[in-house]
Amino acid sequence: MAQLLLELFSEEIPARMQDGAARDLQRLVAAELARAELPFDSLTTFAGPRRLTLAVDGLPVRQADRAEERKGPRVGAPEQAMAGFLRTAGVSQEALVERDGVWFATIERAGRLTAEVIAEIVPTIVRAFPWPKSMTSGWGTLRWVRPLHRILCLFDSEVVPFEIDGIAASDLTEGHRVMGSGAPIRVTGFEDYRAALAAQFVVLDADERKRRILEGARAACRARGLTMVDDDGLLNEVAGMVEWPAPLLGDMDPAFLALPPEVVRTSMRTHQRYFAVAGEDGRLAPHFVVVANLEAADGGKLIAAGAARVLSARLKDAQFFWEEDLAKPLESRLETLKGVTFHAKLGTMFERVERIEVLAGIIATMMEANPAEAAQAARLAKTDLATAMVGEFPELQGIMGGYYAAAQGANPAVAAAIRDHYRPQGPSEPVPTAPLSMAVALADKMDSILAFFSIGEAPTGSRDPYALRRAALGVIRIVLENGVTLPLNDVIGHSQFDGEGVAAFFADRLKVLLRDRGARHDLVDAIFALGDDDILRIAKRVEILSVFLDGEDGANLLAAYRRAGNILSAEARKGPLPEAILRRPEGPAEELALYEAVTALHPAVWRALEQDDYAAALSALASLRAPVDAFFEAVLVNSPVAAERANRLALLTGVREVMGLTADFARVSG
Amino acid sequence: MALSFQDIILALHAYWSERGCVILQPYDVEVGAGTLHPATVLRALGPKPWRAAYVQPSRRPADGRHGDNPNRLRHFHQYQVILKPNPDDMQQLYLASLEAIGIDPKLHDIRFVEDDWENPTVGAWGLGWEVWCDGMEISQYTYFQQVGGLDVWPVAGELTYGLERLALYVQGVDNIFDLAFNDPQGPDFMTYGDVFLENERQFSAYEQEVADTDMLIRQFHDMEAMVPRLLAARGRRGQPLVLPAFDHVLKASHLFNLLDARGAIAVAERQSYIGRIRDLCRECALAWVKLQEAAA
Repeated sequence: MAQLLLELFSEEIPARMQDGAARDLQRLVAAELARAELPFDSLTTFAGPRRLTLAVDGLPVRQADRAEERKGPRVGAPEQAMAGFLRTAGVSQEALVERDGVWFATIERAGRLTAEVIAEIVPTIVRAFPWPKSMTSGWGTLRWVRPLHRILCLFDSEVVPFEIDGIAASDLTEGHRVMGSGAPIRVTGFEDYRAALAAQFVVLDADERKRRILEGARAACRARGLTMVDDDGLLNEVAGMVEWPAPLLGDMDPAFLALPPEVVRTSMRTHQRYFAVAGEDGRLAPHFVVVANLEAADGGKLIAAGAARVLSARLKDAQFFWEEDLAKPLESRLETLKGVTFHAKLGTMFERVERIEVLAGIIATMMEANPAEAAQAARLAKTDLATAMVGEFPELQGIMGGYYAAAQGANPAVAAAIRDHYRPQGPSEPVPTAPLSMAVALADKMDSILAFFSIGEAPTGSRDPYALRRAALGVIRIVLENGVTLPLNDVIGHSQFDGEGVAAFFADRLKVLLRDRGARHDLVDAIFALGDDDILRIAKRVEILSVFLDGEDGANLLAAYRRAGNILSAEARKGPLPEAILRRPEGPAEELALYEAVTALHPAVWRALEQDDYAAALSALASLRAPVDAFFEAVLVNSPVAAERANRLALLTGVREVMGLTADFARVSG
Repeated sequence: MALSFQDIILALHAYWSERGCVILQPYDVEVGAGTLHPATVLRALGPKPWRAAYVQPSRRPADGRHGDNPNRLRHFHQYQVILKPNPDDMQQLYLASLEAIGIDPKLHDIRFVEDDWENPTVGAWGLGWEVWCDGMEISQYTYFQQVGGLDVWPVAGELTYGLERLALYVQGVDNIFDLAFNDPQGPDFMTYGDVFLENERQFSAYEQEVADTDMLIRQFHDMEAMVPRLLAARGRRGQPLVLPAFDHVLKASHLFNLLDARGAIAVAERQSYIGRIRDLCRECALAWVKLQEAAA
């Protein structure tokens, strides 16, 4: 068994592309090896700022020999056909075997050397590598993410001979650009390679780089009684920008802490890729962590000082924006929104604000919030889009609006509603919980969905350019997690759009959400089919129905429902079912008992549903089980007496109808 | 001791001159970026190798702050290097150029951060990085892929050093106008402010408040109309007058920037202006490439 080691050494690969590139390399090589029938024990890839690396262990040095059977002409086929077959198969007639009147040839194919196969598949993969953006360099024709400089390719400790765009594969790599020796390093295999890189100040594994960043940064903070503010996205990015991470603690002017902490953190993160640092009280401290890509001779003093100066210039800008923005009332920025197109077919941002304002007022009543306050918050919710700070940091939309509103004297609930109205933006972001905030957040999302549906921009397949699925999921989560009632049809009725397709879209999104949480999506269908538009009630009923169907009564009733359905459809095939009004049967006793149970149940189930006591409705249905079972046991539906048959069929229809008050059991699967 | 502003330029000139670059003077037509010098934008096209370096004063009228902002200028200097085809060791060459102006890569954190460059007014784009020194962007580094909508091949590598920023960093100064322009120990010491502050004040006022927009619009149309005429005209050797035509594109582009700074261009018109300049630029690029190929 042998090992393959491949390194593609280039100029700096954008950090955001590295994980994807490692995955693509893994996938493509695994697929090509499988196609070449080369099994292996393990295949690992690594990505860093200047290299993509692949190590495959446990490869055979040669493909297995293969014996392939090929079907030939029938026995007694014309001479010509036989000769042609023998020629293409490369065997003599004596070697053929006959089965069921057909000749078969067995063709032996010797396995090729694995190294030969690798010399073919690597150039193919490299030439067609799916970088999100790629370029050519110099006189070259290869498209790579940035200029490619070296290809290290060893199989079984030998260089695999091939070249790509003038770069011959070798057993050489390079270490850290500044800290390394500068000379190419010769390696013999993966472990040697990894160790040689480490000796030349390159950490191969991104997870290891992350670990070192966290450890180093935390230690530096701890020494001064501080803690680093964790930021996984930033950590990922920074780990893709350094080969030899050296976290340094820097200082900043405490005066900047007068800015909102989100502003300080965002400026650090987006402009500088620094981590924020908190004090013992959990609030931002006047420090930051910068991760250098080398251990400098002076211990990083110059780097930390330089980083502090740049940050200070950035925060001065932010301070300038903050003061400029505060000088103008948010309300006055509505004028600017009149000049901002929301969407060519949907008018300006100001028109959108007006729609949200109306919806927010209506939804506020449903959430038991103050409609006037909701309308006020909705009116101001988008004004921060016209501020300098949000122009600079779009991710602070909403948050800045909240700060500016509070600073300009809005009541705290209104400011919070402005701040939170985009939430939740992802499946893990908490939902707003204050009634006023819920109202504005729901109105914002409902307007997006209704507006884009009205112009034919409903999501299709993987296309969802306006993130409407995320908006619908946000609505559903706000409703479910707060346990509030949002009658969708009422909301749609109050909007200026017709809402076509919106209810079905919500049903679909709810199904996805409940399925992700382990619920049965067929039950969502079964409940949704009744035309309910109350997300909370639907979700609750799905849960109750699920428990009911898991129990013995439920399972049996479902079986009875299906049995009744089967009989009805079997009878319907024979001819139109008799139109019969269910009458009190003469006998037998089992039929009479079922009749009485069904007729008594109808009002009972209705009443329970009226009172929104779904569990009671279902347990009422459970009383049907004994008479249904007894009926099927004792009574022949297909009575020779026409009137009897008609009445019994009507009785079964009655059973299905009364059950159908609670869910469309025909949609329940399993 | 830290280099003065002019010593940085002289050091870069010496460095790139030793590496085979033609050291050019700034182009004498107003431009918004060093890339627009025909030595870059036109010479990047076609099959001929080319190496050049020059300082280009760049004018961005909308950035004018009357000399009041310590970090912002409407007229600043870019040091521009174009290497076509880009050599294999271009990154090393660049890093060594930083050493030549006193930035030691063993003491500073030099980082190549993804930043794909694009200039829609000349239909150009490339892949590359912003180069950071201890978190500050000091250069733009690009492998040109297209100019004027045409493929650049062989590929040209472009380096743009922001000279004022670089000097702020090298000299450890916070205000551009306090930069040492020449030797601070010498008897004739001048700061950057001594040389350029009054220019910033007067031109900010001119560009943002006084420039006559009707006249600028007229001039824009004149420049625009002249480009196809020059491309249709022929010189003594039967060649189209691409270089004069391109000058007119540059002038049109600067007039557009002035109009923009005067707030005379509505949001809806902006794209149309940019598109017109891009189309003119593309015509020049096409004519230039044809000329190069005919000569080759």
